[in-house]
Amino acid sequence: MVTVKELPGEEYLLKGHAACAGCGPSIALRLLFKALGNKIILVVPASCTTVIQGQYPYTSVAVPLQNILFESAAAAASGIVAALRKRGMHDVTVVGWAGDGGTVDIGIQALSGAAERETNFIYICYDNEAYGNTGVQRSGATPYGAWTTTTPLGKRERKKNMPLIMAAHKIPYVATACPSFPTDLVNKLRKAKEIRGTRYIHILTPCPTGWRYDPSKTVEVGRLAVQTGLWALYEIEYGKFRLNPPSDRLLDKAKRKPVEDYFMLQGRFRGLTKEDVERIQYWLDEDWERYRDLASG
Amino acid sequence: MAQTIIDTANHIAAYAAKAAKVKVIAAYPITPQTTIVEKVAEFVENDELDAEYICVESEHSAMVACIGAAAAGVRTFTATSAHGLALMHEALHWASGSRLPIVMAVVNRAMGAPWSIWPDFSDSLSQRDTGWIQFYCADNQEVFDTIIQAYKLCEDEKVFLPAMVCLEGFILSHTYSPVKIPDQREIDDFLPPYKSGWILDVNHPLSHANAVSPEYYMEFRYMIQEAMENAKRLIPQVDKEYGSRFGVEYGGLVEKYKCEDADLLLVTMGTMAGDAKIAVDNMRTEGLKAGLVRIRVFRPFPTEEIRKLAEHARMLVTIDRHISFGAEGFLAAETKASIFSQKDPPLFASFVAGLGGRDVTFETIEKIARKSAKWMHAGKVEKETSWVDLRG
Repeated sequence: MVTVKELPGEEYLLKGHAACAGCGPSIALRLLFKALGNKIILVVPASCTTVIQGQYPYTSVAVPLQNILFESAAAAASGIVAALRKRGMHDVTVVGWAGDGGTVDIGIQALSGAAERETNFIYICYDNEAYGNTGVQRSGATPYGAWTTTTPLGKRERKKNMPLIMAAHKIPYVATACPSFPTDLVNKLRKAKEIRGTRYIHILTPCPTGWRYDPSKTVEVGRLAVQTGLWALYEIEYGKFRLNPPSDRLLDKAKRKPVEDYFMLQGRFRGLTKEDVERIQYWLDEDWERYRDLASG
Repeated sequence: MAQTIIDTANHIAAYAAKAAKVKVIAAYPITPQTTIVEKVAEFVENDELDAEYICVESEHSAMVACIGAAAAGVRTFTATSAHGLALMHEALHWASGSRLPIVMAVVNRAMGAPWSIWPDFSDSLSQRDTGWIQFYCADNQEVFDTIIQAYKLCEDEKVFLPAMVCLEGFILSHTYSPVKIPDQREIDDFLPPYKSGWILDVNHPLSHANAVSPEYYMEFRYMIQEAMENAKRLIPQVDKEYGSRFGVEYGGLVEKYKCEDADLLLVTMGTMAGDAKIAVDNMRTEGLKAGLVRIRVFRPFPTEEIRKLAEHARMLVTIDRHISFGAEGFLAAETKASIFSQKDPPLFASFVAGLGGRDVTFETIEKIARKSAKWMHAGKVEKETSWVDLRG
């Protein structure tokens, strides 16, 4: 286990990148580089990171980066992995780095295919629960009740459970994370690096622009997502499900912070009614019963 | 040792990929392309070809996986047809924009709806503007030779573009004929190991294909245009070098048949040329000086060759296995555009034929030639675009 103090000082996400103030994904990306080092090839489909890396002739990313079509991160990674194997370059890690739209919606086919083919790579979904780059439109990862520009009255459907969809592919490693818990995130990335096969990490990355909160609150919002139980930190290693701290203490409902604490901070939930909150609470309790079942094997 | 084998053009395409020693194949099955990817899979499984075979879940992923592999430094191959090619469309742009020398066999098949598995050029010609070099083959031998030539051309630093090698479904894809496969060492000598303009390299990190402002975008486009112009110059050279080593030449960008003294020039692509040659011979016995121009390379388009050939002809007639709805076939449009700036250009007529696999026999072509000759003698074309053998 690594602590924040032990993280390497090297930075591969350089100063002057073009992310919004308070951008959750850019914090996660910085931690990713600290966890994995620079012997990696990053594959980035259309997403906020298209912008974050900066425009030609500049880049803010100091590892080789392949920009690729929106739905194709996992397919491009498949090709790169195959080529590296043919060239005998076994010490380079290929990492797909895609947003929630590029993962749970338009990119799900290529990702599912790559996982089924047991492609030897790490795929990361950095999830800001909307199409952020295009101006906050609803995605399959947008939660129930959230405002987006295409759900002006709040989304009426629930968030797609992508980590469990990936777990159903029987891949060796699935994990969830949030940059508000940086050591958890870094340790999961490092663990993933040592495993062969398809490894999937789904990172909830708060987005002040889309979630409508003050940019100084990104870490706090992420922390509340976990503390309320709305985002659970867990890993599924070779099929074995385990809740990670602090989520492992939240099986006890009394230990979860009220969901209202999380909603109140964010303008996107302003339209939630009392009934909406009750409904979300009911689903949340249901989810945790499922985690209990999974954790007990 | 060189050997002659009797096989289908699809299998021959697979033999060519093997001879080119491709390192990554990413492919998805579609009729009538399937026997290419089956044969390549067999080569890989039998260790006859030292390559990774990625059984992707779609053609879109096939092309993107080839992009990834080519970017990571190895020679790649794929093949598709019709709807598979259409699904790749976006990725075709990405491949050429990334300047990656990917070679793909396209087994031409008509586009639906309604479903058709039979050949025409509507699939590959719809990809005309994607920045891919396009070869069109007339027989099985040419399929083999062109795939090898395509790698040589695409990996030239003056080009660094992808190429599709097109062959008509069933007419070639499933038809057996003898093909000479040169000695592997001689192929290796002709085609050196993979070369590309850039590579994903952890020791020299770069961001590839990141966003570009209007300040730079046009220059990147112009470089592709220049590469196409370079390809136009290099294709005849590559063809000639191949010919001097292996004894088969195709005339570079266009194949000419009895053009020198021809009054009426038929312009076609692909296998139709075989029947067109018979038609030319028969027309000549009837006293019509006919000739044939087979466009072997549609991108870059051989404008200069056509212009030169048109200098002495009285009439040019295109036969298109394709239609751009609301206009005419692309072969017609581009041939006509080539001669437009000429002083005193020849007469011009175009014919649409053979869509969705309808047979175009030498008799069909003779009918086209006779009708055109009538207009030529009258000095007036009565109908600029005619559809051949339509049901009433």
